[in-house]
Amino acid sequence: MAEPLPIPPAAVVCRDLVKRYGDVLAVDRLDLEIQQGECFGLLGPNGAGKTTTIEILQGLLAPDAGDVRVLGLDWRHDADELRQRMGSQLQETKLAEKLTVHETLTLFRSFYRRGTAVESVLETVQLSEKRNAWVSKLSGGQRQRLAVACALVCQPDILFLDEPTTGLDPQSRRQLWDVIRRFGAGGGTTLLTTHHMEEAERLCDRVAVMDRGRIIALGTPRQLIASLGAEHVVEFALADGVPVDDAALRALPGVAAVHAADGHIRLTVARVHETVPALLQTLGERGAGLAGLTTHDATLEDVFLSLTGRHLRDG
Amino acid sequence: MADRPNPVVQLTLWRLREFLREPEALFWVFAFPIVLAFALGIAFKSRAPRTVQVGVVAGPGAEELARTLDASPQVAARVYPPGEAHNRLRNGRVALLAVAGQHVVFEYDSMRQESVVARLVVNNVLQEASGRRDVRAIRDQRVTEPGARYIDFLLPGLLGMNIMGTGMWGVGFGIVKTRNQKLLKRLLASPMKRRHYLLSQMLARLVFLGLEVGSLLLFGHLMFDVPVRGAFLTITIVVVIGALSFAGLGLLVASRTKTIEGVSGLMNLVMVPMWIGSGVFFSYANFPASVQPLLKALPLTQLNDALRGVLIDGASLAHVSPLVAGMTAWTVVTFRVALKIFRWQ
Repeated sequence: MAEPLPIPPAAVVCRDLVKRYGDVLAVDRLDLEIQQGECFGLLGPNGAGKTTTIEILQGLLAPDAGDVRVLGLDWRHDADELRQRMGSQLQETKLAEKLTVHETLTLFRSFYRRGTAVESVLETVQLSEKRNAWVSKLSGGQRQRLAVACALVCQPDILFLDEPTTGLDPQSRRQLWDVIRRFGAGGGTTLLTTHHMEEAERLCDRVAVMDRGRIIALGTPRQLIASLGAEHVVEFALADGVPVDDAALRALPGVAAVHAADGHIRLTVARVHETVPALLQTLGERGAGLAGLTTHDATLEDVFLSLTGRHLRDG
Repeated sequence: MADRPNPVVQLTLWRLREFLREPEALFWVFAFPIVLAFALGIAFKSRAPRTVQVGVVAGPGAEELARTLDASPQVAARVYPPGEAHNRLRNGRVALLAVAGQHVVFEYDSMRQESVVARLVVNNVLQEASGRRDVRAIRDQRVTEPGARYIDFLLPGLLGMNIMGTGMWGVGFGIVKTRNQKLLKRLLASPMKRRHYLLSQMLARLVFLGLEVGSLLLFGHLMFDVPVRGAFLTITIVVVIGALSFAGLGLLVASRTKTIEGVSGLMNLVMVPMWIGSGVFFSYANFPASVQPLLKALPLTQLNDALRGVLIDGASLAHVSPLVAGMTAWTVVTFRVALKIFRWQ
């Protein structure tokens, strides 16, 4: 570029966001900043406040307190401008069953001042062949791609996707990831929610882990995993429940953290090949038999578990 | 950059397509009223007065009484044992029971029109058979000309009922369904204008209105020779204002309802009283005078009266203007309230 450009405003800025439903604090003084061009993931179990947060950003819910800026604009004054520039896919929306794919997209295209030709969006989401099929005849993956197409047809600057791949088979999921990546490659900002850690790791530049209305960890997937202090996990269970004290486990070579629940013990370790022989020896000395032992590379799931003591899927 | 389609056109097309692609909806809107008009038209076809069915309760003098009555061409009388006789009266197979004796006793329900007629006829036959002579000559002239038959009363009523049904269902059901599947919420996240959404509901209604009114009137004309005497413009105004008042009611009923079951119940709550009280199948003059003002305030009563005036009597717009004003008031009030309380998500 010939001239230095001014630093663009952040795509999303939230300060001290609060949303209550009766006595339940769905969003608890949340701060969030998403840069333009970023693919940002909100990761957390059901009920963590992801949908509430994204719906506030989409202008569908009014926060009880706090400040929200999307694309530098404020929902209270610039609602129409914001709706023109944002693409949305909502978690529970069912599109009209008796319209064809093409008709549905044309309908959504008609709401926006600027936008993309319907045919080219169909191509992007690989639904050109289904253009004349009724929505009721589409598979789950095709419906979801159509929902995302409806969000893309306005050439949005920012794309909000609420659990876009929940309930999809792996192949449909990957197809949708490609669509989202292509949008990002064109310079668009994406905010998506998911409770699927692989999705967040593969797709997102940065991830915020949400729990009980708050962000409890923020960073690139790599940073978050590195924050565990070690990048592998050893899980085992004892056959007869002979207690093994945590201190002994923590003393094993390469162990960064010990987490025990329901007879299952998880060790976060730096080098599996050093820890496992030492672990077996320790257990052997104490006469504790193994009921199972597995190892895997640490994931965001392990990050969540180490932060909250709960699994993502448990809710 | 692609050419932008018109949002009102697209929203209206959505409504039209959803309707046209639902064969059941097509049946209820177009075929059902015609089937009903056909059935009722046949049932109430004009013909010579029927013979009155009379039961004579077995006992002394019963046979003779039956013979006397049966001799008249207007009456068919037979003797039945008491149990069966009362059974037949209950079932409506005879209109009246006669018991012989010094005083002939008539047993009948005075609320049943047919029985009241039977009493007059039977009394007349008995008195004449006993020697009464009429003092004044009477000549019968049956009315069969188009415009004065039951079908001429019925068809505008069915038309009004259909405009009510399709107006309320067409608008109310579609909105609740869209809200229920969270599509309304999705539309809200787009820059779609809310007034465009509501306007498209009205426009889609008007397209179907022309078709359903036209088909029913054409059927009535071809099949039963039901006249259409009013001016085309006047008929159009009455039909459109009537349809808008029911679209408003449909909107009101749907404005906060979340489920299909909920809206179905509310629809029936609103529509059933009007099916009965607004003069669809029989004149609302049958109801007590004290409720007449209430009945006349109902939008279906106003529409039916206006339709009958315009179609059958050839009334002018000025003549039906109070009714049109009433329906306009319904339209304005229901729309205002519905928009105020409308739940978009």
